[in-house]
Amino acid sequence: MLTIGPYEFNSRLLLGTGKFPNFEIQKEAVSVSQTQILTFAVRRMNIFDAKQPNFLEMLDVKQFKLLPNTAGAVNAEEAVRIARLAKASGLCDMIKVEVIGDWVTLLPDPIETFKACEILLEEGFIVLPYISDDVVLAKRLQQLGVHAVMPGASPIGSGQGIINELNLSFIIEQANVPVIVDAGIGTPADAAQAMALGADAVLLNTAVSGAGDPVKMALAMKMAIEAGRLGYDAKPIPRKRYATASSPLVGLSK
Amino acid sequence: MKLQINGELVDVPDSVSTVSALLEHFGLQSKIVMIEHNRTILAKELHSTQALQDQDQIEIVQFVGGG
Repeated sequence: MLTIGPYEFNSRLLLGTGKFPNFEIQKEAVSVSQTQILTFAVRRMNIFDAKQPNFLEMLDVKQFKLLPNTAGAVNAEEAVRIARLAKASGLCDMIKVEVIGDWVTLLPDPIETFKACEILLEEGFIVLPYISDDVVLAKRLQQLGVHAVMPGASPIGSGQGIINELNLSFIIEQANVPVIVDAGIGTPADAAQAMALGADAVLLNTAVSGAGDPVKMALAMKMAIEAGRLGYDAKPIPRKRYATASSPLVGLSK
Repeated sequence: MKLQINGELVDVPDSVSTVSALLEHFGLQSKIVMIEHNRTILAKELHSTQALQDQDQIEIVQFVGGG
């Protein structure tokens, strides 16, 4: 069971809703992934095109928890405004705090992220900051009272997988809130690796929406995350430098 | 009257006197939208009572795909 603030989830996969080839494929991918948390962005509406389809309106909103992000914000003030706008929908109180500090790497700005979290926590939001794999920042945010930390595995949409396993494992070991590995996951093996390290959940978007077959990939990711978690719970054997025989070394018939 | 909607100056009939009426004017009444009126974010319950005036600034935003 994954617990974020007051909410409990059976699924440990959080799915983004960006860049799917079409709504039909997206709906199917969401369905097979069995995700219970969907992320969204907040953007201006084209008011002159009321018939424009919107993915959220095709879903049974009650079946999911919505996790809007503050993507597009470059400072705390903008992030807070987007969060408040999202909450004004009356549909959600969770927010993924995402404040980009560099447009080449899309890495988050730690200082503005921290400031935004502080304000949003005071306003009663369930706050999930997207951060770099910075162990001390994760700790400081935790002390502030965030409801989860979401370190990136590697840059957003890069599919490079986990590039600093050591830092990620440090974050996980010292965490007293859920650690959700967000961004950079490319393959089911990456997702399983995150879960095997002890992450509480994985947030994916491009790895699924950009795959050749997003529906198949959504299923593969679901299975990988379940397998990774199960393996972690089962307590793997320690790694050893040399071989240890599995078969008895005595009683050989010659 | 003229309203500044999502950064564009838009002409609407004077009968469009509330935020709810504005949404209806554009056929958006059944859409999931969030509104900011003169830089103040409006709770949904206030859409039907919030009065509009000439030159008001309105942001109409929605949830779109994102990660």
